[in-house]
Amino acid sequence: MELQITALKNGIVIDHIPIEKTFPIVEILHLREYGEIVTVACNLKSSSLGKKGLIKIEDRSLGENELGEIAILAPDVTINIIENFKVVKKIKLAIPNEITGLIKCNNNKCISNHEEIESKFIKIVDEDKIKYKCFYCERVIAENEIELKPL
Amino acid sequence: MNQKDIISMNDMSKEEILNILGLARRIENTSEEEKLKFLHGKIVSTLFFEPSTRTKMSFESAAQRLGARILHFPPLDQTSIKKGESFTDTIKMVESYSDVIIVRHPHDGAARLAANTSEKPVLNAGDGSNQHPSQTLLDLYTIMEEKGTLKNISIAFVGDLKYGRTVHSLVKAFSHFNPVIYFVSPEILRMPQYLLDDLDKNNIKYEVLEDFRECLEKIDVFYMTRIQKERFPDVEDYEKVKGVYIINRENIIGKCKEDMIILHPLPRVDEISTDLDNTKHALYFKQAKNGIPVRQAMLMTVLNKIENICKMEVQ
Repeated sequence: MELQITALKNGIVIDHIPIEKTFPIVEILHLREYGEIVTVACNLKSSSLGKKGLIKIEDRSLGENELGEIAILAPDVTINIIENFKVVKKIKLAIPNEITGLIKCNNNKCISNHEEIESKFIKIVDEDKIKYKCFYCERVIAENEIELKPL
Repeated sequence: MNQKDIISMNDMSKEEILNILGLARRIENTSEEEKLKFLHGKIVSTLFFEPSTRTKMSFESAAQRLGARILHFPPLDQTSIKKGESFTDTIKMVESYSDVIIVRHPHDGAARLAANTSEKPVLNAGDGSNQHPSQTLLDLYTIMEEKGTLKNISIAFVGDLKYGRTVHSLVKAFSHFNPVIYFVSPEILRMPQYLLDDLDKNNIKYEVLEDFRECLEKIDVFYMTRIQKERFPDVEDYEKVKGVYIINRENIIGKCKEDMIILHPLPRVDEISTDLDNTKHALYFKQAKNGIPVRQAMLMTVLNKIENICKMEVQ
């Protein structure tokens, strides 16, 4: 696997992805439509996860919104920035305290689903679990209830 | 809490709640003539995107008795909403015409959006099934006026505890004052679990019951609610529980504490018999009347018209 990563000249490697989050990350980054080489690997051996996913993307950087979305889906992934075949930076993601425009409120009656406004959620930690409180309707969404808004 | 707006009881600390209640009492003890000077020259807009007779009239009466003028929002079919104007555009338009905006809206979170949009203060007069802080504050005010304190009150919430936003907000606010709570409802209308979890975390004592007679002799406050037909996704479910709790002289008088009070956010249908109306227990009309000083206190707070908001000591 190390060989495959270093074979990337410039781009991004997203590593240590929980298996079930691999393809959702492919979706939110719109990698099906991406024109350069994308490698998606599943069920790789991992000492920490047992099995993991990995995504390698040629000539791609990630915007703040994309990093935020990945953090919400899989906060423990590692992002490797590759330049000239070398890992020049490893990013550990952190879920921001305020998440704007990324999560869809699952309360159908919430004003954010009826007006042309960006959704806004506040991160809360409840008994060691991360949850998200809608700034507008105050509905609290657990991690497994998250529905991302299309970018 | 941002004193510019009053949007949610979740924003309000115990001290801020007591400040509003203390101010309401001070206003109530002021002469009508004196009150007219408090908001003289101010314009209050009432934006009601859904019908609400009591809340609208109560806010308008409160504002006018303080000397403010009211800018009425026309019926929806006569407004630019009908032409497709967004809610935020409506708010921006109204803020330039008025000093404070009172919003009632069918969507949860609309009042928060209005407050975020407007530079002028916003009061939430009910946003969907989310919050109705003026109702909660007037409920607290009524209990405090009648009992002399908010501390250590035993209160039964009876009826629709699943959909009733007034109950949800009041339970949250009461958590500051060490209550003992009895939740009485049919199984399908029980309090949402996340609210019970909150009480557990805060070590608030409560019991979940289906028969109010199990707690009647222990309680200081009987908070009755209407079983709301319009909230049921399935009418058959409503038919199963309608009329399940009806209180009257026969099942209340002599079976409760001498000074127990009965509250109801109104309107009632048949859950409180009119034969209780003239008893010392019936406080629901007084409760509605208390909406005036409480809403006056809210208006004066957000308009920054109080130099030293008096703080009420809880005994």
